[in-house]
Amino acid sequence: MIALLQFVLVLVLAPLLSGLIKTLKARLQTRRGPGILQPYYDIHKLFQKGMVLPDTASWIFSATPYIVFTTTALAGLMIPMVSADAPLGLYGGVLAIVYLLGLGRFFLALGGLDTGSSFGGLGSSREMTIAALAEPAMMLAIFTVAIGANSTALSQVARTAIAQNWRFLAPAQILAFAALFVVLIAETGRIPVDNPATHLELTMIHEAMVLEYSGPYLALIEWGASIKQLVLMTLLINSFWPFGLQLEWSAWGAVVSLGWLLLKLAALAVCIVLVETTNAKMRFFRVPELLAVAFTLGALALVSTFLF
Amino acid sequence: MNMPLPVALFQLGLLVYLAGAAAALLAWRRPQKARLAAFGLPVLGGVVQLAASAAALSGGSASVWTLPLGTALFPWTVRLDPLSSYFNLALSFLVIAISLYSLDYLRDMEEHRNLGAMGFFYNLLLLSLTLVFTAANAFFFLIAWEVMALTAFCLVTFEHEKEEARSAGVLFLIMSHAGTGMLLAAFLMLAAAAGNLDFASFHLLASRLSAPQQAVVFLLFFLGFGVKAGVVPLHIWLPDAHPVAPSNISALMSGIVIKTGIYGMARVFFDFYGAPPLWAGTVVLAAGVVTALVGVLYALMEHDLKRLLAYHSIENIGIILMGFGAALLFRALGYANLAAIALVAGLYHTLNHAIFKGLLFLGAGSVLHSTGTRNMEHMGGLIRRMPATALFFLIGAVAISGLPPLNGFVSEWLTYQALLAGFGTTQSLTRLMFPIAGSLLALTAALAAACFVKAFAIPFLALPRSDAARSAKEAPLAMQAAMGILAAACIALGLGASWFVKVFDPITEQALGIRISASLVAGRGFALSAGAPHSGTVSTAGIALFLVALGAAAGYLVSRLARSQRRSTGPVWDCGLPGLTADNEYTATAFSKPLRLIFSVLYRPRREIQAEYEVSPYYPKAIHFESEIEPTFEKHVYGPLKDWILGVARRMRAIQAGSVHAYLAYIFVTLILLLLFEVRG
Repeated sequence: MIALLQFVLVLVLAPLLSGLIKTLKARLQTRRGPGILQPYYDIHKLFQKGMVLPDTASWIFSATPYIVFTTTALAGLMIPMVSADAPLGLYGGVLAIVYLLGLGRFFLALGGLDTGSSFGGLGSSREMTIAALAEPAMMLAIFTVAIGANSTALSQVARTAIAQNWRFLAPAQILAFAALFVVLIAETGRIPVDNPATHLELTMIHEAMVLEYSGPYLALIEWGASIKQLVLMTLLINSFWPFGLQLEWSAWGAVVSLGWLLLKLAALAVCIVLVETTNAKMRFFRVPELLAVAFTLGALALVSTFLF
Repeated sequence: MNMPLPVALFQLGLLVYLAGAAAALLAWRRPQKARLAAFGLPVLGGVVQLAASAAALSGGSASVWTLPLGTALFPWTVRLDPLSSYFNLALSFLVIAISLYSLDYLRDMEEHRNLGAMGFFYNLLLLSLTLVFTAANAFFFLIAWEVMALTAFCLVTFEHEKEEARSAGVLFLIMSHAGTGMLLAAFLMLAAAAGNLDFASFHLLASRLSAPQQAVVFLLFFLGFGVKAGVVPLHIWLPDAHPVAPSNISALMSGIVIKTGIYGMARVFFDFYGAPPLWAGTVVLAAGVVTALVGVLYALMEHDLKRLLAYHSIENIGIILMGFGAALLFRALGYANLAAIALVAGLYHTLNHAIFKGLLFLGAGSVLHSTGTRNMEHMGGLIRRMPATALFFLIGAVAISGLPPLNGFVSEWLTYQALLAGFGTTQSLTRLMFPIAGSLLALTAALAAACFVKAFAIPFLALPRSDAARSAKEAPLAMQAAMGILAAACIALGLGASWFVKVFDPITEQALGIRISASLVAGRGFALSAGAPHSGTVSTAGIALFLVALGAAAGYLVSRLARSQRRSTGPVWDCGLPGLTADNEYTATAFSKPLRLIFSVLYRPRREIQAEYEVSPYYPKAIHFESEIEPTFEKHVYGPLKDWILGVARRMRAIQAGSVHAYLAYIFVTLILLLLFEVRG
């Protein structure tokens, strides 16, 4: 039952978060921007459309949208959002989430290459490269958090963090948070790593992979991408600032926790928007340097556990 | 004589392999009969051995007996203990699939190849592998070890008219013997302490040696077995030797022959040593990390499908060694529970790698069989011509990339958990090694995923890049069945992880004195736990179930919401560029270009572009592009070593005058020296 509620929450909240980020970004750039609900309209519209499958593509191309959507949605069920106990926490912790997202990415890259279009191959190649370089930084940050809780189960991580007030101010936590924030930027394809607002630019990464998708398949992929963003953002906020998470189930408590979740997500969204607006997109071969910074931050986080 | 069931089955299995070798000799001039007998019998032998090792593992206790060969001083003792049986299990399972595959794979070779010879060496290799895993006497072990090396050499150089096969074979033989030399020295040092050559008397013996002796024995064993396993920098023979063999042999080499090195290490580390010194575990863990990273980085640069797979074998050996290294460290630090988890992680990955690497090599063999090339740049679009091979190869690719819910994910997850727990085991700086190793394992796994996107997509997806790929044919039935068996095992070992871990109980009990599976299982048996309460769980079966359920829900959603259902196929849009041809496709070289530039410190890439043009450089008539990476280890480690050896040999030529008198003098001097030594000693 709770699993079902969270499933609905993940599906509904993910496009809203994308819309919020787009709107905030537009306002910061003194544009009006599309409405905050625009992603819902987009998904709805895409589901109504017909689709054109490239004649060069195989069944991998058609299976990919489903795999991307289901892996991200399943990851969304393994993460504590409202209650400290994730509905499917037993089925996997933070490692399973990272690897489920990896499974989705694997097939997305195959889907990009499946059509034979050189843009698809270009996107797949870049996506896999950046993901590979982001992985060690991500794992170091995750290790720092997991070592503190002595567990890779996210509910245990959250409970430990709740039990120790103000723990998020410890140097190790701040450094690990910074490392994971950089990884979040890279993994969700945001400026300065990738530009989510671009189409038909030679610098595109994610958009290049999904260039040949249309109609309902594109809707599933876009929805999946926004769920991935939600999952990673929730992972960040609920591992480092878990306050407001519900420890015991009660209806009123759930409402309060949901309020906290939205507030924290909005705060993180503001951070992302600030980074996106104040930075220019990096040259692709500068990205490894950014990720090396994240790796160093993660390593420093580990070393600082010796000192503090 | 009343013989225990595992022993009876084991002996029967050995006889079947022997019969296979004999039949191959008998049918020397009749290739069809040779093929059927020499590869049909091992299918049966594999089944019998599988039953024998399963029975021995479930029985728990070790059975020992002596083959009626050998002498009193050098008895041919065989022991079926849990560790041996586990490796025999991996071997025999792979043997079933590979032999089945060979039945159809070799059909085309009947005309122009001596299949009798191949069958003879193949069966002897299987026999010697079985004995390597089960020999319980150092002398007998080394005999089996050498027979294995020689038969493997004969199989690697089977297509000996090719220059690359001959040079790869020679390199393999040299490296292999250097390794055997180190093993011989190490065994002799142990034998001097024990007074005999029996493995039973080596048990925990190494830990009773003096500290310097312990170190020497440990390093000799690690290097000696490391050569066979392909530990960096002893790996250089592996990417040459594995691909040049026929693909069924490649699968056997990469799947199980390199695991003899792993078996040897497991035997030494967890049987001969009680608690090895702390630095030993550090060395193994560091070697594992370096091996994994170097292996995957070189794999990324390959566009020869089989060489790519061979480099991935090196990577996976690294991952296995991470588990072993962590287990050694935990043992030295006194955490038997954690050591058991790390050991289970390493052993689980050993079996997993045997299965998915066997599968991938068989898949590559099917592609080679039907397109005649190993170069990925000449393949493409094979998923349409060879749908079954493509599906099985994809399963192998997902498994080796460590993605859920397949088997590679399970063993990597266990490795992560062991490394994670390591941080709390010590206060010294050593503990930083664990998370660093974990993060580099994450890098390795992510690079492997990138590599297998390439290794699957370039050959199997998009448009065919050559006429051979355009007219490719699906593999025959026996080959499909063999790949299907291994693919099914990848799935079963992934989804059934929480049930399969029970298999390791007798092994950890033998090695460390504890049974660990009960604490590795959570949630009514369908989830895997990291060992301690609240320490993290994962359920691959649950993940698979939910993926299927959610996928079905999404499929329903699409079919309901997409009312119009106007689904049409058209030419690729490609940003509006018309006329996509195979020339426009992304190539394997292009795919890995970003990584080639990012890791250029290691690769030192060199490229050369020559353009011919008539009027303006903007309209070239022809472009010649060449790009290669520098073989760092061959050039900077082995090059100087080779020069040094040749230099020493040149100087030694002075004493090899060819005169009988000089040689007689040498013999006389040696004799005097030996006599003096004996008198003084």
